Amino acid sequence: MFLKFLLRRLLYVIPMLFITTLIVFSLILLIPGDPVLAMLGDSATHEKIAELRQQLGLDQPVMLQYFHWLNNAIHGDLGRSIFTGQHVDEALMQTLSVTMQLVVVGMIFSIVGGIFFAVTSIYFPNSWMDYVARFFGTLGTAIPTFLVAMILIIFFSLKLNWLPATGFTSLIDGPGTFLKGIILPGFSLSLAGIAVITRHLRSSLLETMDADYVRTAYSKGVSRYRAIFKHSLQNAMLPVVTTIGLLFGTALGATVVVENIFAIPGMGQLVVNAIEQRDFTMVQGVVLVMIVMVIVINFITDIVYALLDPRIEY
Amino acid sequence: MSFKTIFQRLMAEKLAFISFIFLAILVIIALLAPYIAPYDPFKQDLSEVMSPPSAKHWLGTDGLGSDIFSQLLNGSQTAIKAALFAILLPLFIGVPLGTLSGYFGGIVDDIFMRIIDGIIAIPAIILALGITSALGVNLWNAMMAIGIIFTPQFARLARGQTLQIRSEPYVEAAKISGAGSVWIMVRHIIPNISPPIVVQASFNLSIAILIETTLSFLGLGAQAPDVSWGNLIQQGYSMIDMNPWMMVYPGIAILLTILAGNFLGDGLRVALDPKQKSS
Amino acid sequence: MNTETPILEVNHLKAYIPSSKGEIKPVNDISFSIKKGEIVALVGESGSGKSVSSLSIMGLNASAIKYRPESSILFEGQDLLKLKEKELRKIRGNDIAMIFQDPMSSLNPVHPIGRQIAESIILHKKVSYKEAMKLALDLLNKVGIPDAERRLNDYPHQLSGGMRQRAMIAIALACNPKLLIADEPTTALDVTIQSQILNLLRDLQKEFGISILLITHDLGVVAETADRVLVMYCGEIVEEGNVEEIFENPGHPYTKGLMDSIPSLYGPSKDILDAIPGIVPNPLELPQGCHFVTRCAFATENCHEDSPTLKKHTSGNRVACWNPLIKEGVEGR
Ligand SMILES: Nc1ncnc2c1ncn2[C@@H]1O[C@H](COP(=O)(O)OP(=O)(O)OP(=O)(O)O)[C@@H](O)[C@H]1O
Ligand code: SF4
Ligand SMILES: [Mg+2]
Repeated sequence: MFLKFLLRRLLYVIPMLFITTLIVFSLILLIPGDPVLAMLGDSATHEKIAELRQQLGLDQPVMLQYFHWLNNAIHGDLGRSIFTGQHVDEALMQTLSVTMQLVVVGMIFSIVGGIFFAVTSIYFPNSWMDYVARFFGTLGTAIPTFLVAMILIIFFSLKLNWLPATGFTSLIDGPGTFLKGIILPGFSLSLAGIAVITRHLRSSLLETMDADYVRTAYSKGVSRYRAIFKHSLQNAMLPVVTTIGLLFGTALGATVVVENIFAIPGMGQLVVNAIEQRDFTMVQGVVLVMIVMVIVINFITDIVYALLDPRIEY
Repeated sequence: MSFKTIFQRLMAEKLAFISFIFLAILVIIALLAPYIAPYDPFKQDLSEVMSPPSAKHWLGTDGLGSDIFSQLLNGSQTAIKAALFAILLPLFIGVPLGTLSGYFGGIVDDIFMRIIDGIIAIPAIILALGITSALGVNLWNAMMAIGIIFTPQFARLARGQTLQIRSEPYVEAAKISGAGSVWIMVRHIIPNISPPIVVQASFNLSIAILIETTLSFLGLGAQAPDVSWGNLIQQGYSMIDMNPWMMVYPGIAILLTILAGNFLGDGLRVALDPKQKSS
Repeated sequence: MNTETPILEVNHLKAYIPSSKGEIKPVNDISFSIKKGEIVALVGESGSGKSVSSLSIMGLNASAIKYRPESSILFEGQDLLKLKEKELRKIRGNDIAMIFQDPMSSLNPVHPIGRQIAESIILHKKVSYKEAMKLALDLLNKVGIPDAERRLNDYPHQLSGGMRQRAMIAIALACNPKLLIADEPTTALDVTIQSQILNLLRDLQKEFGISILLITHDLGVVAETADRVLVMYCGEIVEEGNVEEIFENPGHPYTKGLMDSIPSLYGPSKDILDAIPGIVPNPLELPQGCHFVTRCAFATENCHEDSPTLKKHTSGNRVACWNPLIKEGVEGR
């Protein structure tokens, strides 16, 4: 049953993958003028130009180019960097895990922080905690990630000297240094997520707190604590799960900013460098991987939702 | 619902109304920036590097002696341009496409929606990076990218609303009485789908400025001679030891503008809600 | 008739909601009692204050609703309105339990039925989860849910409407309460299921001697189930009496109107609006004197000025009306 459900959802993912990859591919069509010249610049040699033209298959019809590109991509071949000649997939492999670690930490902060603020705000209405939560919920989405990151660095690295402002150690290489290095970037990444989850969960909780089944719970003699945590919260979390799934994508986008500010060698840094170097194939590769990640996460979100809500029939 | 009642309701939402005034002033400032800025934002004056706020330089000068206040005014122009693009491009391309697609339905609509869903699934910053990388790095292209990102969102919103309204009895009645599709769309559908679109446009203003300043901060947006608040923050950050205020001013400008867009959106949602009783 | 001391005694219950436009009084000075093993029906149109009255007993009204200090609700001698939240929690679900109108929305959609029953047991009795589940299984059998073992792990959406209400009743019965409050337990159900649920309630009352406060606007339900009837209008009790007397000899014009609107075997039933023309007055603008005066065919001059109070008639009914339809005369207060 569940397997069938998984397959059905998977079937829905495939057209999505098709369309998004097509979009990533067609970015090349946006390049004004001759894309090869645009990528290589005016000083390029004739051999280089011919080589890239060959690599991109630009003399073929567009759809054919796409399928050619897609076929290569599925086999892990995303071409070579125009700038360094490195294989794009290699560069991605080196940076993917770094970005993943950052995003996962950021999402953990977002979820924990969001739930904490939403629940305390509901549990202690009109207390200072409630106001802090609401303030956070309003401000968090209004302050750009780069500003958050810099403010954190100014206070916690430059002024207090508690945490490093730059550098990254992978979790496997040293959990201690990893933690120290990931706190500020992780928090920068999560602020918007905390705000969004706080707001959504708070309004969702306000609704479920008034639900008939919570009144039933009270009529059984449960405490407020139990009514909120055992009856209200679980129901209120359901719509928030979808939001959390979407936030993953936002966080992934924000790694571009955070990695550049904290000098973290992930995909975000890779892509910004690539854009500056007009390394279009590299940009395309990063964008492609990020989008595939987003789609995978949306898929997982759907599954988690179905597991959490017994009303959804597999 | 007349414009007057909407306006009155908006006034009742204090925060939204203040935000509206704030944004209106910002737009005027942005339009007039070249005329009211006391200095050329790039004019260097090495005799007055890093000067504190004074009567001459209201917000002081930066590391090259340029007037920070003038730069801030110029940055508002960039921000408003990006916001306008993020609203107008989707409005003139996304809304008509979504409305047509929803109105006529069928297989074209199905395919169209699939594509729209695909684009929307891509996080805004990532798509913006892809687009600017293809188009080339400059402010114009960054704004283009922002416009492209929001277009499918408006199309989806317009389509969803159109589907609802298409089956309303008064639209059916108009059809039966022989009204043409264009007439129905202009007369019935567009007026009815506008409230949620206006609300969304207000939120877009915030997101557009968020993306514009982020791209500019990364060096992928505004290039000289354009100034972005994102650039200013970047510069301020590099001089944080000498003049922390260089970061504070553009930071506050960004924060207030985004908050204003959000508050206005919240207020408009209430003010334009047809279910709300007119009091 | 049962002459024991009442298990519940509501005295001068006055609930009010302060608001900027004036005070709403959803319940305005009602008094009644329920004896052990008695089924008392509380009837009245929508908005008459039935739910607010019953939720007052549970202490579960919205926080906007306040009580006047002279109000008291005595349950086994304790004033529920004066109890602390913590003490009330020991009574809720344990001594007094409640079932609600819409069994779908009143059951938690993300918890299995068994767990929802067991929760109540664990809260009030010193038993393990396993024992509680075993008791929950017994309860499901008792309320007539077939294949109870399997149903224990079912979620509410997997049950039919009638089943859900049975599950609701099982939750309410989990700790053998002395008083069961049923707020429109059958309104959301089909007619055939309705009478099954009513039969179940009556059987439970017989078997366990539970007292039941049955809230409904359906007099058919009352006739089938109740021993005694309270008729509410605009937050006040306008008539009270034994079920036979009320049905044979309604004293209040409003009660009479309600009777006329019951579908009967002998004649076409009237719509409630034909039987009682007009609408329930706005709670913020209650008419002076008798609140029913705007809709009453028997109204006289003084009805517009003075509020009638409940008076006992020879038939045994208590009626709040200047011109009661029972003409045998008044027998003191
Ligand atoms: N939380 C509340 N806030 C404001 N008014 C309320 C609240 N609860 C009840 N009321 C008002 O109190 C009055 C009585 O409501 P109540 O729910 O007791 O009616 P009822 O007799 O149970 O009606 P129904 O048959 O519709 O359930 C109504 O006028 C209602 O509007
Ligand atoms: S008191 Fe008067 S108005 Fe009220 S019910 Fe009796 S007769 Fe009718
Ligand atoms: Mg009710």
